[in-house]
Amino acid sequence: MLQSKTFVKKTKAGRVQKVVREHYLRDDISCGAASCSTCGAVEHPLSADAAAILVVDTNVVLHQIDLLENPVIDDVVLLSVVLDEVKNKNLAVFNRIKALCSNKARRFFVFTNEHHRDTYVKEMVGESPNDRNDRAIRVATRWYQSHLGENVKVLLITNDRDNKRKAIEEGINAETVESYVRSLAQPGLLDLVVISTSGDVTMEDVEDLRPSKKKVIYSEHKPMSEITAGLRCRIYHQGKLRVNRYNPFEAYVGSESIGDEIVIHGRSNMNRAFDGDIVAVELLPQDQWHESKSFIADDDEDQEEDVHLAPNSADDAPRKANPAQSTVSSSADSVSSRPVGRVVGIIKRNWNSYCGSLEPMPMPAGSGGVAHALFVSKDRRIPKIRIQTRQLGNLLDKRIIVAVDSWDVLSRYPSGHYVRTIGDIGDKDTETEVVLIENDINTRPFSTQVLACLPPLPWTLSPEDLANPNRQDLRHVRVFSVDPPGCRDIDDALHCTPLPNGNFEVGVHIADVTNFVHPSTPLDEEASQRGTSVYLVGQRIDMLPKPLTEDVCSLRADVERLAFSVIWEMTPHADIISTRYTKSVIKSCAAMSYVEAQARMDDSRLVDPLTVDLRNLNSLAKIMRHRRCERGALTLASAEVKFEIDSETHDPLDIGIYQIREANQMIEEFMLAANISVAEKILKHFPLCSLLRRHPSPTKEMLEPLLRTASSVGLNLDVSSSKALAESLDNAKNDDPYFNKLIRILATRCMTQAVYFCSGDLTFSEYYHYGLAASLYTHFTSPIRRYADVIVHRLLAAALDIAKLPPLFQDGPQLTGVADNLNYRHRNAQMASRASVELHTLIYFRTRPMDTEARIVKIKANGFIVFVPKFGIEGPIYLTPKGDKGGDWVVDEVHQTVTKPGTNVSYAVLQTVMIHMEVVEPQPHRPKLQLTLI
Amino acid sequence: MEYVNPLTGFRVDGRRPNEMRQLKGEVGVVARADGSAMFEMGNTRVIAAVYGPREVQIKGQQVSSEEALVRCEYRMADFSTGDRRRKPKGDRRSTEISLVIRQTMEASILTHLMPRSQIDIFVQVLQADGGTRAACINAATLALADAGIPMRDIVTSCSAGYLCSTPLLDLNYIEDSAGGPDVTVGILAKMDKVTLLQMDAKLPMDTFETVMELAIEGCKAIAKYIREVLLENTKRLECQRCLRPDFVSGHFLQQTYMYRAIFVEIKAYKAAFGSED
Repeated sequence: MLQSKTFVKKTKAGRVQKVVREHYLRDDISCGAASCSTCGAVEHPLSADAAAILVVDTNVVLHQIDLLENPVIDDVVLLSVVLDEVKNKNLAVFNRIKALCSNKARRFFVFTNEHHRDTYVKEMVGESPNDRNDRAIRVATRWYQSHLGENVKVLLITNDRDNKRKAIEEGINAETVESYVRSLAQPGLLDLVVISTSGDVTMEDVEDLRPSKKKVIYSEHKPMSEITAGLRCRIYHQGKLRVNRYNPFEAYVGSESIGDEIVIHGRSNMNRAFDGDIVAVELLPQDQWHESKSFIADDDEDQEEDVHLAPNSADDAPRKANPAQSTVSSSADSVSSRPVGRVVGIIKRNWNSYCGSLEPMPMPAGSGGVAHALFVSKDRRIPKIRIQTRQLGNLLDKRIIVAVDSWDVLSRYPSGHYVRTIGDIGDKDTETEVVLIENDINTRPFSTQVLACLPPLPWTLSPEDLANPNRQDLRHVRVFSVDPPGCRDIDDALHCTPLPNGNFEVGVHIADVTNFVHPSTPLDEEASQRGTSVYLVGQRIDMLPKPLTEDVCSLRADVERLAFSVIWEMTPHADIISTRYTKSVIKSCAAMSYVEAQARMDDSRLVDPLTVDLRNLNSLAKIMRHRRCERGALTLASAEVKFEIDSETHDPLDIGIYQIREANQMIEEFMLAANISVAEKILKHFPLCSLLRRHPSPTKEMLEPLLRTASSVGLNLDVSSSKALAESLDNAKNDDPYFNKLIRILATRCMTQAVYFCSGDLTFSEYYHYGLAASLYTHFTSPIRRYADVIVHRLLAAALDIAKLPPLFQDGPQLTGVADNLNYRHRNAQMASRASVELHTLIYFRTRPMDTEARIVKIKANGFIVFVPKFGIEGPIYLTPKGDKGGDWVVDEVHQTVTKPGTNVSYAVLQTVMIHMEVVEPQPHRPKLQLTLI
Repeated sequence: MEYVNPLTGFRVDGRRPNEMRQLKGEVGVVARADGSAMFEMGNTRVIAAVYGPREVQIKGQQVSSEEALVRCEYRMADFSTGDRRRKPKGDRRSTEISLVIRQTMEASILTHLMPRSQIDIFVQVLQADGGTRAACINAATLALADAGIPMRDIVTSCSAGYLCSTPLLDLNYIEDSAGGPDVTVGILAKMDKVTLLQMDAKLPMDTFETVMELAIEGCKAIAKYIREVLLENTKRLECQRCLRPDFVSGHFLQQTYMYRAIFVEIKAYKAAFGSED
């Protein structure tokens, strides 16, 4: 069965080395066709009555992946040589094609042609690897045809002219993508086809896109060899391009080689680079380092700007401010110390598909034909994308997804193709879906395999659970939960029992999700992929199926539920004497909201046991909180808003700032304590494979904007440590009641994100959680809505010898991968809920223009950014009309003021101004919240 | 890196997870030794030579007067790996593997039948591509059998690993250097006893058991092959010694061997007496 063949390969690892690897050729690889009787059966065969079995070549997969994902295309054979090439060229596409191949609903079969005896192709002398691979594809196609006989049509789909010609010469059926799609006679499908570029088969009917203006707009990218050489001798600098969120014509490239950020002005200097691309940058001569005034949005093509609610300014604005910058008007000597450059080449593309809409345009004469349209992404950092469509009339008022294919020097805009339609513009559901797609959030219902993993419903406590020696019966204990009003997925509950010796027994009980979600089941994999539940305004996208989140795991009142408990013995001074961890059965006696709990504690007439427990907990929590703050934990603030939603139309009725009560802080305190205790326990048992959470200390540069703002109002912040910062934030008070909160909000924005990590990847000193001033931290308390907590539950169970450690933890890289995914999902979930708030704010103000008070948070050359405390909205205010680059106004960077010379009109940071808020629609389909000064 | 393709289930070199590389064994490759063999597992090629039983050469090394002294020397040829790094003789790794092979073989050799004698096993790796330890043991078994040294059973060895959540049989170099666990098992094939079990990684108990099971299956398959090689060799010897009636070609063979023997003797004579030719 085994045939051995060795091939020689040269690799370059510093020096040339000869590598010999075995390569076994086999005769037992199935062709995967249902109609084939000689090969062994496979799980998901290609259908027996398919019109044609398609063999696709590498470029088809790379460029037409959106087409392949369409369910019309089926019965596709993917050769391993194609998959390998795709993997080397574009990992994102590879992952998509891999998902297609493992999707049971689709008939995509992977044929290992490289290891099949009859389809293995040895490289010939003088043959390039590309030609060899093309030949391998043809050989495999021919083998399929002869293997399956004449009854089945095997079709090679290739856009490579040469390959197609050779295939036909060899007697293989071959077609281009376009001609094949045409033969399917589905006009909508043709929009998905990416129009081929120069090297491929030219299609007769593809007319030149812009025959009139064949003008070179961008400079050619340098060849890769030149870039590598340039990088080595430091002529070029490599870095990731980040486009300014407020101004898409300005971008920054953080370069390690010069240790500073290079500013890039204008699209031509950006030279077709997208946000997130890894680029090579050449510095412009120093005399061209003209100072750019930091404008808010100065589109010269299209006057537009978005309202961004609470953007995380850390990645918007340049990290490094320019201290040397004085006034912009002193033009002669305004040579900036910030390097300015231009992009000479793109090392790695970050092309994606984008949500947006088509720019309104008149229907071309003779509808039904191909129309060219410009697509405008919702993300302002993305340039307009040129697409071709045959269904223009349908698409004009729709939100659509478009993918980018290419961008040549002759065209101002990149060209792309239509992927799919989401829905009508302006419709709340469509816009919400856009938010979800943009943040890569999976909203599909749970599959039947996943649902099959659920316990039989209705679930009740079984005698086996009670008999389990590892599970302690705590049903007699007075356990209660406190959550936001209307909370259905209650994952934590508490108890507090006074002990005879004057101490307290305090227990934190967390829903025992891992009792139902077992490792490496479909349910577990799905949850691991989703990573977290996503909370949007009036909507929740669950990580686990509803029966688990709202019933079986939810620690509701008066039902017996399984829990994982952390139980401390605490002195009245909140010193922890002992900690124990156990699985348990609890019966919560009350599920209160924060308001209810607060009311009970405040009502001095109540002396029932539950209220006494609450008060005891609260006094303990206060001590713990105080102690934590002493250690240097930061009390940060954010402007979380709350909507009141109409139960019928689901439109927002009211908007306000979410109020934080003492009861919230009490619960938070015990959750933090439980998390810290668990982190210590799991790290002790599994020093190399624990999942922890850390919060890196912010760098000086990141705190720079905060310091500048603070010093301009005469406040001196000490940022040497979290403790020093916490103290100076506490002292940051003046007669303005909101001042302290505002400073805290600004401080929060300067912080880095806390992240999950695998303890084996970092050293102990890096485990530190800056915000909580804790040397160890993890997430244990919300397993219903966070997958990290599920992992931690498993670790803790293994540490207690209750369960075996799942194999995932043996595999360091895999665990790191899971942690990375969790971070990604967590960040996306946050972005999505922010965007959802933004969307609902817009809907709310659409019918309610109003005047309100706002605070200036950032000064720009032609205006400033204000923050509206009442609604948590942030947005720009212009002092000058559009297009005017703010000549009349003078910015004082040191004092953070903007003044109009000759008058005494001046605005300073943190100043209160009255503004008018109104939704306007300067361009069709692009409503925005406009803020104006009154 | 994907060591097992999740879509097709094939390994990097085209094997399935439970498949071994191609085996090849040949007996009698070193003429001067009492027994010798070459063993190949894919691109791993090992040569073993056995001298003995013979008189103990350094009396001090004799541990007991009841049993034979087994010695083993493992070496890796400088050219056996891709980069021609010169390794000093007797480095830690070689010493350890020498010891492992010696202990494994000692478990099978009937040492009490050969008191006051010494058996030397020399193993040389000609080409290394993962699993050298196992290949060395297999080669040593063949060479010992060739030398006619009495053994309890055939010792065979095979490695198995665990990568991409799949137990893999007979790791090659790429898989071996992936950093996963590498379990080398040696068994007495017929008696079903384990004489060698090595792993320098952490692996959960139940996974370890499946990996070890797989390695034992591999050992059994190797034992079957080694037995075939030995049987073939015996048949050949039978022909050479004219014990079989159908030995026309065998006769010719024997003569060739004789001529060669004479030739060698002449050469030795010339070397001893410094003849011109």
